[in-house]
Amino acid sequence: MDITRFISTHRKLLLVGFLVLILIFITTFPLYTQASHVRLLTTLLIYVVLAVSWALFSGTTGYMSLAPAAFFGLGIYTMALLQKELPFFLIIAIGGLAAFIFALLIGLVTLRLRGIYFTIFTFGLVIFMTEIIQYLETRLWGQHGQHIDPIDNETIFYAMFVLVVVTVLAIYLIRRSRYGLALLSIGGNEEAAEHMGINTTRTKVLIFAISSFFMGATGVIAAPSLVYVNANIAFSTYYSFMPIFMAIFGGMGQIHGPIIGAVIFGYLEKTLRAQLFSYFMLGFGIIMVAVILFLPNGMMGLVPMLQSKLGGVISKIRKGGQAEQHANT
Amino acid sequence: MAERILSLIIVGILQGGVYGLLAMGLSLQYGVCRVLNITHGEFVMLGAVLTYMLHIGFDVNPLLAPVIIGPLLFGLGFLLQATLFRTLKAWAPSPAAFEGNALLAAFGVLYIIEHFARITWGGKLMPSYYLNDVVSFLGMQFVKNQFVTFAIALALGVAVYLFLSRSRMGRAIRATAEDAGTAGLMGVNTNMTLASSFGLGALLAGIGGTLVSTKIAVSTGMGFPNTVIALIVVVLGGLGSIPGSFVAGILIGIVSLLVAGLWEPILTVPVYYAMLMVLLLVRPTGILGKK
Amino acid sequence: MPILEGQGVSKYFGGLAAVSNVDFHIDQGEIVGMIGPNGAGKTTLFNLISAALPISSGEIRFKGQKLNGLKPHQICKMGVSRTFQETKVFANMPVLQNVLVGAFFGSPNRVLGADATREATQALEFVGLSAMSTTPVKDLTLASQKRTEVARALATKPEVLLLDELMAGLTPTEVSEAMELVRKIRDKGITVFMVEHVMKAIMGICERIMALHHGEKIAEGTPQEIAANKQVIEIYLGEEIRAGS
Repeated sequence: MDITRFISTHRKLLLVGFLVLILIFITTFPLYTQASHVRLLTTLLIYVVLAVSWALFSGTTGYMSLAPAAFFGLGIYTMALLQKELPFFLIIAIGGLAAFIFALLIGLVTLRLRGIYFTIFTFGLVIFMTEIIQYLETRLWGQHGQHIDPIDNETIFYAMFVLVVVTVLAIYLIRRSRYGLALLSIGGNEEAAEHMGINTTRTKVLIFAISSFFMGATGVIAAPSLVYVNANIAFSTYYSFMPIFMAIFGGMGQIHGPIIGAVIFGYLEKTLRAQLFSYFMLGFGIIMVAVILFLPNGMMGLVPMLQSKLGGVISKIRKGGQAEQHANT
Repeated sequence: MAERILSLIIVGILQGGVYGLLAMGLSLQYGVCRVLNITHGEFVMLGAVLTYMLHIGFDVNPLLAPVIIGPLLFGLGFLLQATLFRTLKAWAPSPAAFEGNALLAAFGVLYIIEHFARITWGGKLMPSYYLNDVVSFLGMQFVKNQFVTFAIALALGVAVYLFLSRSRMGRAIRATAEDAGTAGLMGVNTNMTLASSFGLGALLAGIGGTLVSTKIAVSTGMGFPNTVIALIVVVLGGLGSIPGSFVAGILIGIVSLLVAGLWEPILTVPVYYAMLMVLLLVRPTGILGKK
Repeated sequence: MPILEGQGVSKYFGGLAAVSNVDFHIDQGEIVGMIGPNGAGKTTLFNLISAALPISSGEIRFKGQKLNGLKPHQICKMGVSRTFQETKVFANMPVLQNVLVGAFFGSPNRVLGADATREATQALEFVGLSAMSTTPVKDLTLASQKRTEVARALATKPEVLLLDELMAGLTPTEVSEAMELVRKIRDKGITVFMVEHVMKAIMGICERIMALHHGEKIAEGTPQEIAANKQVIEIYLGEEIRAGS
């Protein structure tokens, strides 16, 4: 009794404490685990950023972007091209900036159109990037693919960790701000949103570009682990679908949904993918269809559903227990 | 040089006819069922791979394969709409939410079909060429299957157009596409109509796959590039417009051959993409599309 | 100077004229009504004023300033707000948040969070929905959803409020309540321009009424004048009178 009261009154404090514990755990991770686990966690963090960034724009406005792979790949190639010229952390910022500007241009052209055309455009963008880079490589630069000098696991891990913290913090603040409200309004009814004073085009383009910044920065950090990349590897549509599925699976309503989706599916993907790729993807497709059908709010939507079902059962058990007590007195 | 360009254009038109066929199915599925069927290319793949399998396994003439493949894929498409998309539509809080969910569900289906095929048939290329012999026309060299596939695509396209504009079922389909609710009130069995339209789109994709298989080697991974082409053509021609898809297909075919022949094969898709960007800036509804 | 006026306003869709050469003027503090059969162009005219649709020809002015070429969000910030025929609430939010959107973005200056919340709460109180502020708006009755729309528009601090078929689908009791609300809005100093089919409401609260038919203005005057106008009776009211409503 005392414990449940304690938990409910100090909920916020406990949540913050819990988060701090997790942060400490993650920060000290490389000190007591082996390299392969560090790499696994790094991959999870990459998916977290991609999923959360995607959900910031597409989860709120309802404009389904299929472009994460385009910006992620742009980041990878930024690293490939600048790796010998500039320090790592500067390249990360530049990769993010390149993606930001690119997304601004794309957004300005395509976000004035109906949602479905925007989706098709972002879909084609990934293919577009693949072919353009292939052309540049084979015709202009005379090489097939890029070699990326490896960087030690720890640096990559900490770089990714910092990026995750920055991304999640930034997106949390945006969602809570009036921009977040504007985004939700656009998703609720774009025409009404515009009539209530929201410059919908500016809002959409800006947030689309911001979400792309994080994707580009992530690409830079992910690059060294790949060692060798070419256009097909860097701009693989896999990096579009995966984050989207993860965000949907986890639930796009709030910021923790995509995070949870990314962690769960990222782990599954890493452990299952290598051996049973096609079976994994097949199962993935099935789970995706099931989630869209039955859990439109993702896993996070499951929680209130369970609460209402379990809550009924629990109170019945309680009442039953009390009735027994009364009967015995 | 002029002759080279002319031959490229002619091949482009011939190629474009097949593109138009591919796009028509997709356009129909979106126009009537409001589902952007990102799985479309997988149906093309199924048609292509099954054609090859029937050819080497049972000695079926590839051009006759559609007799089996058509109904098969029609059934698959019909089933997909009647179960998955219909349920999604019923449970969706708004048309926009439905379109978004349908798109994502289609992604799931894409992975299911592609990897099921991969597991069953492997990922290697299959040499499915047919009617590969060279013919002379207007003093230039072409390949026989280019003409044959174009003819079949054109015939099918005209047939579909006539079906939609003249027949009773066609009218029911157009009414449902316009306003499903009202069509239902007027006595149209909308569930049947939606499922049939989707099935028809899948059938067209499958036959498109057969046609494609005669010209290039097929594999279980060929779905995706075909979806991309179909999408580009559909957007160019206007989502929901059947004649638009065909015209746009031919246009894309010509552009594709000219870019590949005179400049750079790799740049064909980027060129379409750029064309599309410019077009959508100027006319957001495509060539012949409706709003 | 009228607070809202239009001259020669026309809108063509292809060859079809949805609105044809309409002149109108509304003075500050008036409640002006617009009637006409379905398809007469009433909502189209609203869409032209709020810039939901681009105007084909003619001019619309608010406080003397041309509205042509402006975007809806700019017009809202200038002081013209509206509700919609098919209620366009934000179904994904609770009632208070819906109204908050108006409060935050409807004014030309940056609004602080606390001020916006206060505005929104006041607007909800004004329309009588305070009790529902945390309810998801999709769980509300149609009448309450329409009120939410009104509260949202009011939160943008408009000088002119366009009401598009506010009474559609309401029971007679709800209609009377809505009529009261409109009077209260005018008493606050907001000019009201309303499209309505419910005759009791239009005749009961409007000082002046315009009648549209096939995109053209065919009559204008007080409720009594309109009720007596032969053309209007034939085209529009006649059916109502014959139907005995």
